[in-house]
Amino acid sequence: MTISIDSQDSNTKSLQPKGWLRYLSFSLDHKVIGIQYLVCGFLFYLIGGTLASAIRIELASPMSDFMPRDVYNQVLTLHGTIMIFLWIVPVVNGAFGNYLIPFYVGARDMAFPRLNAVAFWLIPPSGLMLVASYFIEGAAQAGWTAYPPLSITTPQSGQIIWIMSVLLLGGSSIFGGINFIATIIKLRRPGLKLMQLPMYCWAMLGTSLLVVLSTPVLAGTLILLSFDIVAHTGFFNPVLGGNVVVYQHLFWFYSHPAVYIMVLPAFGLVSEILPVHSRKPLFGYTTMVFSIMGIVVLGLVVWAHHMFTSGTPPWMRLFFTIATAFIAVPTGIKFFNWVATLWGGKISINSAMLFSCGFIINFVFGGITGVALAQVPFDIHVHDTYFVVAHFHYIVYGGTVFIIFSSIYHWFPKVTGKLMSEKLGIIHFAITFIGFNLCFAPQHWLGLNGMPRRVAEYDPQFQFVNQISSIGALLMAISTIPFLINIFLSIKDGKNSGDNPWNALTPEWLTSSPPPVENWKGEAPLVEEPYGYGKPISKEN
Amino acid sequence: MTTLDSSKEIKKDNNDVSEHHEDFRIFGLITFLVADGMTFAGFFAAYLTYKAVNPLPDGAIYELELPIPTLNTILLLISSATFHKAGKSLQKNKNSDSQKWLIVTATLGIAFLICQIFEYFNLPFGLTDNLFASTFYALTGFHGLHVTLGTLMILIISWQTRSKGGRITNQNMFPLEAVELYWHFVDGIWVILFIILYLL
Amino acid sequence: MPKLLNKNYYLILIISAVFGISFWIGFNVNLLPPEASINAPIYDELFKILFIIGLIIFIGMTIAVIYSLFKFRKRKDQFGDGIALEGNLSLEIVWTIIPSIIVLIIGLYSYNIYDRMGGMKELNHSHEMIDSSTEKIWAGISQASNNEVASNNLSVEVSAMQFAFLFNYPKGEFISGELHVPVDHKVSMKMESKDVIHAFWVPEFRIKQDIIPGQPTILNFTPTKVGKYPIICAELCGPYHGGMRASIIVEEESDYKDWFNKNTKTEVSL
Repeated sequence: MTISIDSQDSNTKSLQPKGWLRYLSFSLDHKVIGIQYLVCGFLFYLIGGTLASAIRIELASPMSDFMPRDVYNQVLTLHGTIMIFLWIVPVVNGAFGNYLIPFYVGARDMAFPRLNAVAFWLIPPSGLMLVASYFIEGAAQAGWTAYPPLSITTPQSGQIIWIMSVLLLGGSSIFGGINFIATIIKLRRPGLKLMQLPMYCWAMLGTSLLVVLSTPVLAGTLILLSFDIVAHTGFFNPVLGGNVVVYQHLFWFYSHPAVYIMVLPAFGLVSEILPVHSRKPLFGYTTMVFSIMGIVVLGLVVWAHHMFTSGTPPWMRLFFTIATAFIAVPTGIKFFNWVATLWGGKISINSAMLFSCGFIINFVFGGITGVALAQVPFDIHVHDTYFVVAHFHYIVYGGTVFIIFSSIYHWFPKVTGKLMSEKLGIIHFAITFIGFNLCFAPQHWLGLNGMPRRVAEYDPQFQFVNQISSIGALLMAISTIPFLINIFLSIKDGKNSGDNPWNALTPEWLTSSPPPVENWKGEAPLVEEPYGYGKPISKEN
Repeated sequence: MTTLDSSKEIKKDNNDVSEHHEDFRIFGLITFLVADGMTFAGFFAAYLTYKAVNPLPDGAIYELELPIPTLNTILLLISSATFHKAGKSLQKNKNSDSQKWLIVTATLGIAFLICQIFEYFNLPFGLTDNLFASTFYALTGFHGLHVTLGTLMILIISWQTRSKGGRITNQNMFPLEAVELYWHFVDGIWVILFIILYLL
Repeated sequence: MPKLLNKNYYLILIISAVFGISFWIGFNVNLLPPEASINAPIYDELFKILFIIGLIIFIGMTIAVIYSLFKFRKRKDQFGDGIALEGNLSLEIVWTIIPSIIVLIIGLYSYNIYDRMGGMKELNHSHEMIDSSTEKIWAGISQASNNEVASNNLSVEVSAMQFAFLFNYPKGEFISGELHVPVDHKVSMKMESKDVIHAFWVPEFRIKQDIIPGQPTILNFTPTKVGKYPIICAELCGPYHGGMRASIIVEEESDYKDWFNKNTKTEVSL
């Protein structure tokens, strides 16, 4: 090694005094980029959350009285777009992926650090552009799905900015995906086999494959859509002989895998968190790997289940029903394996653990409604209703966002070297869990009984249930307060955590906390058993 | 090269990791080309669906003349061969030969673009005339954009392959290899496009 | 050995309790609106089955998670790790195969349901409203067989636009803002959109069909209960999407005829 320990330390120190400033720079350090993704994503989460609150305030009464109707449609479009493209996808892929993957493969950085920085710095401008479009001539108002012909006939400027913004974010996502694939496949430390990698690497490999294969199709589709809007071509405009359903096929070819782009990394993260806090090896490593790859393959061939009422031919409905329902099998395997991981452990009940278990319960619920929605006859009644809204919030909020919080509690000591307050963490969990279920569980009933989604006004008979839902949303909004207090207090004067507060065996904990600039003092350790709890390797620690 | 070997070269600046790994830069490029290919796949899928489902209005012309695109196919195929020659020459350390072959390749690329534009001006339909016309222009235009970018990159690397003071040498072949791979990819896409759009 | 028996005894007890509770909830909690078409009872049968299976899995998983958290929590005097159990092949095979079978059965069963709703029937070419053979027709759920529709049916042409439904009764040559239909008669609708995508949804009938511009779509249904039900647009169609509603009025045949004749006359007198 040419890097002596001294030079490394001085290197780190020379960067440390300016602390937070490097998070505003074009840094090439994967750890800095990871934090950039996380903080940037969280800021957009606050914006998207504010928009969600506005929607729930509007829906507390059956009339459209809180904001004008077209503004309501802009708000729901921005809410969906921001939460998906600027919060969940960048954070669960970009933030944790960038921070953890180089540690897990035993590298000093990602394969393409410059591409990595470019991928991150595409996000803030396109996000700001999207938000700013509201103040120009109004944001896009055709929903995050931007179905033509509505997206062609609504005011153009907002829709065009929306397309540009999503194209840039898609580009960022593709660059990230290329980087993760190259890092995991090509940058592994010598001696480290693929089947020894922590599960998050596998999840990110699967996710990145989906990103690389499906995001470009969305990009192409949106380019065609923008031609329809600007140049008056007729790809998706029935007045000019176009075909609306083609857009839906192409759109969902990306946007269904997008759901797996949002949840697979969460599956990976929870597979890291559960073994550490229950002091047991991850149950069924090999089946977990195969189930991830199974989800990737199946995830690419189920898109048309979003279109069961769009006049698709019967054979197509049948095929997509069966394929979709079969995703439940690999997903179910993962959930059984996680419960088996808990079984017989010595479980520390802390914030990270609680959020992970909350994730399991919420996601099982969302998964069950998902299998039901895959059945054509079932879907026909509830398609485009609040039942669907409730289902996917159970998946992306109850699933992925819970895991994002769990991961923040788990890796906060890694990033800062300080412990977070468990008391505030448990309060945060309790309010989030109750608020979330209060908000979204009643929406299943609303959808079954006749409330369509994306409406500003509804039948007065639904008012009471909608108000319960709005109270839940209020609790969810409140729940960010203890979280933010916890973050700031812990950064300011949290207890020193030491290098490895959880006695974890995954590689990122085998260096100092916070880690030095190039991750390892000396050679990267060879971790052959990242989940070797209860084995001699764990007892040595 | 392995990770730990590379870390020896990192020294204080960890920014240079990518500069010393020929293998995974090509790997990254291939991944990118897969992604790019998926964009084309989306366009092809849309085109084929339109063809199957959406009948054109009466009197619409969608028979295409074959001579120019056939010439274009030949031009691109030859250019792939000349680019290959350029790579071989550089491997043998013959920089000036390599540069010549690159310039020939770039000329072929420019010739392709000129033919393409000539075809555009002689077509009986415009961008918004009907669905077939729009899809035709979108597909060939998107491909033309790739050829334009490729030609520019070839011109840049041909300048950098010059015998005296050029950056691209026998030792540093990555830029040339990368552009070559990209150029073959664009050729391959054209062949598929030619078959689907003109022959089917 | 007695201890083991004890354990199994508890396990069986818990599993049967989970099944019992799930079946009880499944049969006694009604989450759906009233049934008012031939489709609705078929749909509700599927819903009940899915609901019960879902409840069993959900309650079972929740109990397993909460029990593990409680039973295997780290006590204050405990140190070290749990058991080094890395997997159990036979267990994993079991929980791959059983869900596969359940999913397959659900899939086949819902196919059967869909077939009974008429969803798998081929496009209805002898439909009286389809005159031009070049026009492409998309079909939603239909319970009609080819021969059945041919003569004595009721046909209505639905046009959807921002932000209203209009119902054209071709036989009476009038247009109505409300959809009137006689009870227990099969109604055939040909739906067309004037501008953007809309959807025709009657929750009490459990039917929904997107109305896509450029794709005339057929939807058949048979109401079974007299009453007034909402028709809801279920696809975002613009600012007033939430207000895009109409009513469907299912009445006795005689009432329907009165209404029909009244409207026809006014149309003729104009």
